[in-house]
Amino acid sequence: MTIELKQIVEALLFSAERPLTLKEIRQIIAEATDDEHPESVDGFRNVCDAEIAIALDAVKVDFDFQQRAFQLVEIGGGWRLMSRPEYAPWLKKLLDEARPHRLSQPALETLSIVALRQPISRADVAGIRGVEVDGVIRSLLERDLITITGRSEAPGRPLLYGTTQRFLEHFGLRNLDDMPKATELRAQAAALQTAEAKAIVAPAELPLTPELTLPTPGPENEGQTPTTPQSN
Amino acid sequence: MEADYKVKLEVFEGPLDLLLYLIKKEEVDIYDIPIERITNQYMEYLSLMKLLNLEVAGEFLVMAATLMYIKSRLLLPADQQVTDTEAEEGEDPRWELIRQLVEYKKFKDAALQLGRREEEQSHLFPRQVGDLGIAVEPDKPLAEVGIFDLINAFNEVLKKASAREDFREIYEERFTVSDKIEEILYTMRDRVEIMFSEVFTSVSSRAEVVVTFLALLELIRLKRLRVQQAAAFGEIQVTKVTTSPSP
Repeated sequence: MTIELKQIVEALLFSAERPLTLKEIRQIIAEATDDEHPESVDGFRNVCDAEIAIALDAVKVDFDFQQRAFQLVEIGGGWRLMSRPEYAPWLKKLLDEARPHRLSQPALETLSIVALRQPISRADVAGIRGVEVDGVIRSLLERDLITITGRSEAPGRPLLYGTTQRFLEHFGLRNLDDMPKATELRAQAAALQTAEAKAIVAPAELPLTPELTLPTPGPENEGQTPTTPQSN
Repeated sequence: MEADYKVKLEVFEGPLDLLLYLIKKEEVDIYDIPIERITNQYMEYLSLMKLLNLEVAGEFLVMAATLMYIKSRLLLPADQQVTDTEAEEGEDPRWELIRQLVEYKKFKDAALQLGRREEEQSHLFPRQVGDLGIAVEPDKPLAEVGIFDLINAFNEVLKKASAREDFREIYEERFTVSDKIEEILYTMRDRVEIMFSEVFTSVSSRAEVVVTFLALLELIRLKRLRVQQAAAFGEIQVTKVTTSPSP
């Protein structure tokens, strides 16, 4: 039986326990040896990235067309075989519900901030959320969704945080650009947004000298002293 | 309106959350917040939270002060205003707050979408990495030998700590497992392995030794760290379970 490139790629994806990058696949194929049947291995030794990309696509299409229970997914910077969502109930049983719990809204918010503004210090994260984030940061560290990536040069040399590979895989992201609102909120974009938004709140439209008006007596004005100007 | 509050009080994570809620509820434009109205509502909510014995974190009070300050700046005629060193000439006093709120709201939306992705992703399963609930864990034999060695090693460290303890000064120091977890992880940030005894080098009191040991056990349980021995009853090596940061 003649071996096709796409079958080799399929075999690699089947056995891998983590996403494989295109580069890794190419490297494996370039370096694999077979002392007994060198011809078959040598034939693929000079395969290039484009050919592998085509093979990956062929594998993906094959699985979809054949309606296999699994699919080829681009995730965490690489490619991985994963089951289709329809089979979740049976697979959950197989895994004996060993899955970690869903994240709370505060955890998701903190995580989004770290993901979109990394590397970022704890204080800066807290500044955006308006609350302390110590507990959340700790639990995100423990769940290996964020990690310490260094120290800031600022006074006090606080720790800086960033997201992990596991973070990408947990949320099914291909890379950080895949994050929701990445175009709007990633650091460079943010500065631009700030300038645009500022133009909307035009100072010229505000009355700098509020007019003094005596509020007319009525149910909504009860209890208010006449000297207080309404600034609505 | 008072009756409404008593029935449908929502507990807020922080002042920005509360402000966003009020802005939505009052159906006002986030870029043109009516400060007086929103401040009044905000203060009402604060007093309600206190009434219900809900803990009002410091940040809520800081925000209350900020709102008052903004309100005061809007009320004073321009020529009587004290120039705010941080604000630009002629800048809307509400600007910084609005900027903060708009940004936070965007992150909230991102978080919501992220949550949906988490849900979708949870239905997909990759090839399992030995975590099967019904499969046997091959790691077990090593761990059983390990725990007694760990306790032994812990005992050694504890004895050394007791010998060093200074009985002249008594002061209460609270160590939490969480703090120690972070500390251990930080100590190991640049290194893949570390000797068991090294984990305890800066530890002085018995209480600290215990908490540090508990933190180590927790990290092992969470599979962040692994403990290995080169020889039976030999020095224990603590190794990081490797994680590569996102590209």
